[in-house]
Amino acid sequence: MAYPYVSDHEVRVLSKHFGDPTQRRVDTYVERGGYSALKKAFDMGPEKVIDEVKASGLRGRGGAGFPTGVKWSFMPKESGKPHYLLCNADESEPGTFKDRELIRWDPHQLIEGCLIGAYAIGAKHVYIYCRGEFFEANSILARAVEDAYEKGYIGKDIMGSGNDLDLTVHQGAGAYICGEETGLMNSLEGRRGQPRVKPPFPAAVGAFGMPSTINNVETLAAVPHIVANGGDWYRGFGTEKSPGTKLFCVSGHVNRPGNYELPLGFPLMTLIEEVCGGMRDGNALKAVIPGGSSVPIINAEEAGRCTLDYEGCVDVGTMLGCASVIVMDETADVVKQVRRMVDFYAHESCGQCTPCREGSAWTAQILKRIEDGRGTEEDLDTLMEMTEQMVGTTICVLSDSVAAPVQSSIEKFRDEYLALIRRGERVGAA
Amino acid sequence: MAEMVNLTIDGHEVSVPKGTTILEAAKTIGTEVPHYCYHPGMSSPAMCRLCLVDVEGAPKPMPGCVTTVMDGQVVHTQSEQALKNRRGVLEFYLVNHPLDCPICDMSGECNLQDYVHAEGREHGRGREPKRIFGRDDFGGDVLFYGDRCVMCTRCVRFMSEVEQDHRLTVVERGNRSVIDTFFEEGLDGTHWHGNIVDICPVGALVSKDFLHKARAWDLTHSSSICTSCSQGCNIDLHTRDNLVQRIKPRENLDVNAWWICDYGRHNYEWINRGGRLEAPLVRSDDGSRAMGWGDALRALLEKAEGAGAVKAVASPMSSNEDLGALQALVNALGGGEIVYRSSRAEDEVPLKGFPGLARRADLTPNATGAELVGASRVGGDDATGGLEGVASHDGIVIVLNDALADQDEGFGSTAALFVYMGTHDSAAARRADLVLPISTHAEGEGTFTNHERRVQRFSKALDAPGMARPAWLVLGALAAEKGSGSAPRSAAEAFGALGGAVPAFAGISWDDVGTRGALLNESVSVTGD
Repeated sequence: MAYPYVSDHEVRVLSKHFGDPTQRRVDTYVERGGYSALKKAFDMGPEKVIDEVKASGLRGRGGAGFPTGVKWSFMPKESGKPHYLLCNADESEPGTFKDRELIRWDPHQLIEGCLIGAYAIGAKHVYIYCRGEFFEANSILARAVEDAYEKGYIGKDIMGSGNDLDLTVHQGAGAYICGEETGLMNSLEGRRGQPRVKPPFPAAVGAFGMPSTINNVETLAAVPHIVANGGDWYRGFGTEKSPGTKLFCVSGHVNRPGNYELPLGFPLMTLIEEVCGGMRDGNALKAVIPGGSSVPIINAEEAGRCTLDYEGCVDVGTMLGCASVIVMDETADVVKQVRRMVDFYAHESCGQCTPCREGSAWTAQILKRIEDGRGTEEDLDTLMEMTEQMVGTTICVLSDSVAAPVQSSIEKFRDEYLALIRRGERVGAA
Repeated sequence: MAEMVNLTIDGHEVSVPKGTTILEAAKTIGTEVPHYCYHPGMSSPAMCRLCLVDVEGAPKPMPGCVTTVMDGQVVHTQSEQALKNRRGVLEFYLVNHPLDCPICDMSGECNLQDYVHAEGREHGRGREPKRIFGRDDFGGDVLFYGDRCVMCTRCVRFMSEVEQDHRLTVVERGNRSVIDTFFEEGLDGTHWHGNIVDICPVGALVSKDFLHKARAWDLTHSSSICTSCSQGCNIDLHTRDNLVQRIKPRENLDVNAWWICDYGRHNYEWINRGGRLEAPLVRSDDGSRAMGWGDALRALLEKAEGAGAVKAVASPMSSNEDLGALQALVNALGGGEIVYRSSRAEDEVPLKGFPGLARRADLTPNATGAELVGASRVGGDDATGGLEGVASHDGIVIVLNDALADQDEGFGSTAALFVYMGTHDSAAARRADLVLPISTHAEGEGTFTNHERRVQRFSKALDAPGMARPAWLVLGALAAEKGSGSAPRSAAEAFGALGGAVPAFAGISWDDVGTRGALLNESVSVTGD
């Protein structure tokens, strides 16, 4: 065993060197073949790099699952303006801890991916927007960037290729919403971290008003491997529509929580039972949130049918999101968990859009009242109706993230809500 | 001609220039899509989410304020889904709104009140305790009632984009978001901040000057022109009990858009000043005797016979019609000179975000009109002095609408005839043979000519006291008696007479001036230019 836990089911591409601190050193990284993909990319030219990434079928790992190569091809070819590549390292979705690990253990893999991405979209400058609370990751990344500059992998005339690329690490200041792509841009520019109205989309008007592409850490970390080994090789993992490997952040009531890199399409129950060593104390599974706290919660029956790829999750009424699998056993209090999640979103709502600003806080208040035994059945109707008003009515999807756990939990675990309401009625607290 | 786009809104075919937003396009068929954050004079953050409309084929409801029209688009602003969205958003607004309408100054003209009454839920479902921010003094004339705020950020954007003096911001996030000033700085020292009270769609920002003074539904709105400088901002006088209660800007994109300066906004107390002259007075050594207008004017004409040349003092606070009638009378009496005095500030105070709008250095509304009738400016920038020649004139002296505050009792003592026409009696009018009560601009109709030679109409907002009459009526009647045309019976006729006498006004009719104003004939040079 190494790195907290590993499993034979894993296909360790991105996480190959997790647990090995020497990988952080630029020399070790280069010895192990690092920065050769960047050189190869320079030889291929931007068009071919984009084609290769398109061929790999790599989909954005930040949660939306949009094909990365296609996203890159949206960038204007001859805009006459500076382009920017932004790396979203503001990992803040409750349940997610993969980007932090990618930065901590293999910072140069990310840097190389960023440089290839920047080269492909014609950007001369990369910004890595790193979550401010990641103190260790930030210092490791800063050191790695410094080393890469020193060794000539970033800067002027990289590896004699004539290409100039710069990279800046920007530390966030602690707002969940700055992980939303346009909120991140505002924050990077020194404005309030509030999502922008789209259109215009970032490929037209992004950071500093210039054409920009924004990719998740895990997406960019996969790019060197795709460039080095080819898109077909990458398609050897995963499913037809969801190719490749994915880091799964498993937390909750399993025996071995942690980060596991698995091919997409992996069965959820196998992940829980075999990779993670089964449920804590042999307890029964109650619920799973497979993609981070903003996706609908599923019950044990649905979990039994769920495969972990973008389509497989949709089939059981949820989403893969950023593959942060939160597992709850029979002892979990679903209402309390949902209330805590909604509290989080109410706290993190940027406050622009009315449905989110007012709705998330109101939802949290009602849930708290139900949890305290002062709820009524009408409250459940109100919750369902008001959260419906929070879906698709705002600039970004934060308010949709409030609605997802509330609606799915009321649908699937209504009994638990009713039990709290009845208990309150019995003691006369309502 | 701009490229036109054809679309359907609520079943109506609409054709608007490319780039128009759905919200603006809907206005062309008379549909006002409810909104808070959108204001045509500022950027659109699309954050209130009230203007969400149904666009056929769109996956989600679209914000009408930022979604531009497309050919063949089918938009529904009143569909079940659109109404449901608005009902939902309005309910969210009421979650923390205090509903203190009975003590709120905005009540009666509040967008939240109107929208909720029109489209909101009948009964609220909120049972939770409301969030409380309390009140804050933002400095200047502005009080902030945080609990009423709908977080549209119009005020923040006005200060940053239009006045371009970043004094307000949103602090905190989520439903703890609140508008605040930077440290203790506040709005003091800014010159246009009164506008944020106007654009606040609810009662979150209220005017200290107007606080609890009147209910919106008790106020009568009369269109007028600001008299505080030569910009000629379009305003409404809000009156009750025959008193001006406040001044609000009136939209005119050619002059002041939606904005007025704080100086003009608060400079209205003089209109309400009591102690007015209410009847014509005929003075002699025995004292003053009130008379009817007929007797007074007959006495005036009698004394004017062979009294010599005229020296008149006019005022740039008077309308074009008053000034034109004065000119006509002076000419009918055999000619003479007209002077006027006016206050001037050292600097202009421009509104950075709306070029062409400033509190002008010339602090009077109609110096251009005075110049056009041949009056020349005398005295200092504080509107004093310069009347030595008039004070000791031995012919006819006419003073119109200048209170002569700096003059002493000896003024006009050598005159063969001294006529004082004003709103208030003056120490310097003690030697006047006739003291004639005239009305203020707020008490009648007329026009002013602003700094860019735009002539604009104002309407009657108040009743004149007693027997006070518009100066053009009095002067016009006198001029007609002396053989100069017929006496004007309305301000429109007085304006028409002006066109015959002053080439700059020729060919412009009362109706041409309308509510937006009309530029004077450019080819004519202004006297004194």
